[in-house]
Amino acid sequence: MTGDAHHLLPSAEPVTLIGVDGAALHETLPDDAALLRALQGLVTARRLNEQAYALVRQGRLAVYPSSHGQEACQVAAAQVLADGDWLFPTYRDTAAIVERGVDPVEALTLLKGDWHCGYDPYEHRVAPHTTPLATQLPHAVGVAHAARLKGEPTVVMALCGDGGTSEGDFHEALNFAAVLKAPVVFLVQNNEYAISVPLARQTAAPSLAHKGIGYGVKGERVDGNDVAALLAVLTDAVQRARSGAGPQLVEAHTYRMQAHTNADDATRYRKDDEVAAWVERDPIVRLEKHLRDRGLLTDDVLARMTEAAEKTAAHTRDGINRDVEPDPAELFAYVYAKPTPQLIEQGAQA
Amino acid sequence: MIAHEKLSMAQALNRALRDAMSADPSVVVFGEDVGPLGGVFRITDGLTAEFGEDRCFDTPLAESGIVGVAVGMAMNGMRPVVEMQFDAFAYPAFEQIVSHVAKMRNRTRGKVSLPMVIRVPYAGGIGGVEHHCDSSEAYYAHTPGLHVVAPATPSDAYTLLREAIASPDPVIFLEPKKLYWSKEEVELSAHAPAAGIGRAVVRREGSDATLIAYGPSVPIALEAAEVADREGRSLQVVDLRSIVPFDDETVCAAVRSTGRAVVVAEASGFASVSSEIVARVTERCFHSLAAPIRRVTGYDIPYPPPKLEHVQLPSVDRVLEAVDDLQWELS
Repeated sequence: MTGDAHHLLPSAEPVTLIGVDGAALHETLPDDAALLRALQGLVTARRLNEQAYALVRQGRLAVYPSSHGQEACQVAAAQVLADGDWLFPTYRDTAAIVERGVDPVEALTLLKGDWHCGYDPYEHRVAPHTTPLATQLPHAVGVAHAARLKGEPTVVMALCGDGGTSEGDFHEALNFAAVLKAPVVFLVQNNEYAISVPLARQTAAPSLAHKGIGYGVKGERVDGNDVAALLAVLTDAVQRARSGAGPQLVEAHTYRMQAHTNADDATRYRKDDEVAAWVERDPIVRLEKHLRDRGLLTDDVLARMTEAAEKTAAHTRDGINRDVEPDPAELFAYVYAKPTPQLIEQGAQA
Repeated sequence: MIAHEKLSMAQALNRALRDAMSADPSVVVFGEDVGPLGGVFRITDGLTAEFGEDRCFDTPLAESGIVGVAVGMAMNGMRPVVEMQFDAFAYPAFEQIVSHVAKMRNRTRGKVSLPMVIRVPYAGGIGGVEHHCDSSEAYYAHTPGLHVVAPATPSDAYTLLREAIASPDPVIFLEPKKLYWSKEEVELSAHAPAAGIGRAVVRREGSDATLIAYGPSVPIALEAAEVADREGRSLQVVDLRSIVPFDDETVCAAVRSTGRAVVVAEASGFASVSSEIVARVTERCFHSLAAPIRRVTGYDIPYPPPKLEHVQLPSVDRVLEAVDDLQWELS
């Protein structure tokens, strides 16, 4: 391997800044304000996951793919972006969408079933989340390339999971981004499972971040349950992409604590003790311990954060519990900018 | 400003791209070999030299990536015009086209529209080997959210492509390869012309029966009408130009005026655009019909190798035989 290529390889171990016991493993951490902001994000994201899960059980949401356990990735992906940047989420990234500023009720519209996308993607620069895997990644490259052509400093954060890296569009997106030098940060949340299929059946690569070198893209690995490490690694990646260094690939090692969705039974493919081992690595417990040990977090501060999260949950609950009578006429209204004569005729019959 | 020039369809398409790029700086062209080479059919000839590499550029060889990147660029203020090198090579992009290009506007309640054009050199008649001659229009026409256009003349190629690029909706632009070198006088315009997409046109007046065709089948229909005329039968020819939106009004008025119709299309007939035409015309014009509508289409076989493609393609003889079958003894 040439020296030129070597720098594209990820570090041997995922970058970790705060250990599972809350101790700092590195002298340079994100600043205190950033860590407190991250904790607020984590607390809100966890509460949102719990609330959405409850709403499924109550029959108010059709389905909810939870990011429980992956909240550090969700929060960091959104918090490292500037206002003019874009986020391209997957269906499991509702918490990231909300952290970016989208109203949770609008973010959950797809899963509530009122419409396919409930928010205006341009308002917070968040692409619609959809269920095909990895198909949003080439879109992310297109948005980034258009921004570059227009001379805008936009960076695009494109999310996918470990399963998504097997799709052709993952490959095509990384390859296009590299050739076009598009300012995209690809964040792979490796949560160990694609529904039931474990990572070992997904890839024979040394790590998912190693996939970058084949495209000439710098890969990095990060502890996906350490929000401090995520903030540091993603901030670097965003900065490099913004400064013209081309796309960046980051693999976050994390774990899906719950089943794929409420319709899935995770006990059929993984053992309880495997899940239990990840409980100890919980991203919220870890950061909370770290901040308490440093005297940056008191019960009062945490209570205020919990209260803010409760407000988000209450707003979500109220909005999702509010029945909106879907209007069949809408089904015909947006297919084309100008409806075809056939759609006008059919809309009148429906 | 309006100018006239005698152009082949390939040249007319090239002029449409140039004129659209001159008129609107957000128009960008990309795909495989469309840069310095000018495309394998030279449709993008000279565009990189004239507009620079930011406006017309070669991409990696990956059709899903090409269309997916175009989706993102369209989301961010550009008007991408992408080239699929051949009909059958567009299939890797099928998921992007069906799941996103066609659905983005509806998904976002009109907030995100995708003004983009996917150009597809399509259909046979050029002696192409396997995977170079597919008539793939039905796949796209079946997908709500796409406009599907197929010009049959250089003038329409120019006008429809200008209009497709200016459209707020995504357009699948099917270019009949075998007509690339056909020539005629073309009217060129500084501005995007209007009212072509969605409007069929009567190419030849006639009173005994109506031939309905589009894209590569229009010249066959016109030739058949010429021969029939010498044999004493007057055939009208309708060129659809636009498959989606479909011009029921023009087509049905034409069929009602003659009472007989034959649909001519190169694609395999089963579950095809031609079967849709027969269904909708029959539903609307049943009481004006003197005979069942006949179809002359490709057979339901994979497209043949070059030495046998004449078997598959609608011919003047097959069209005239179908016309002979329209129950003339009953009139």
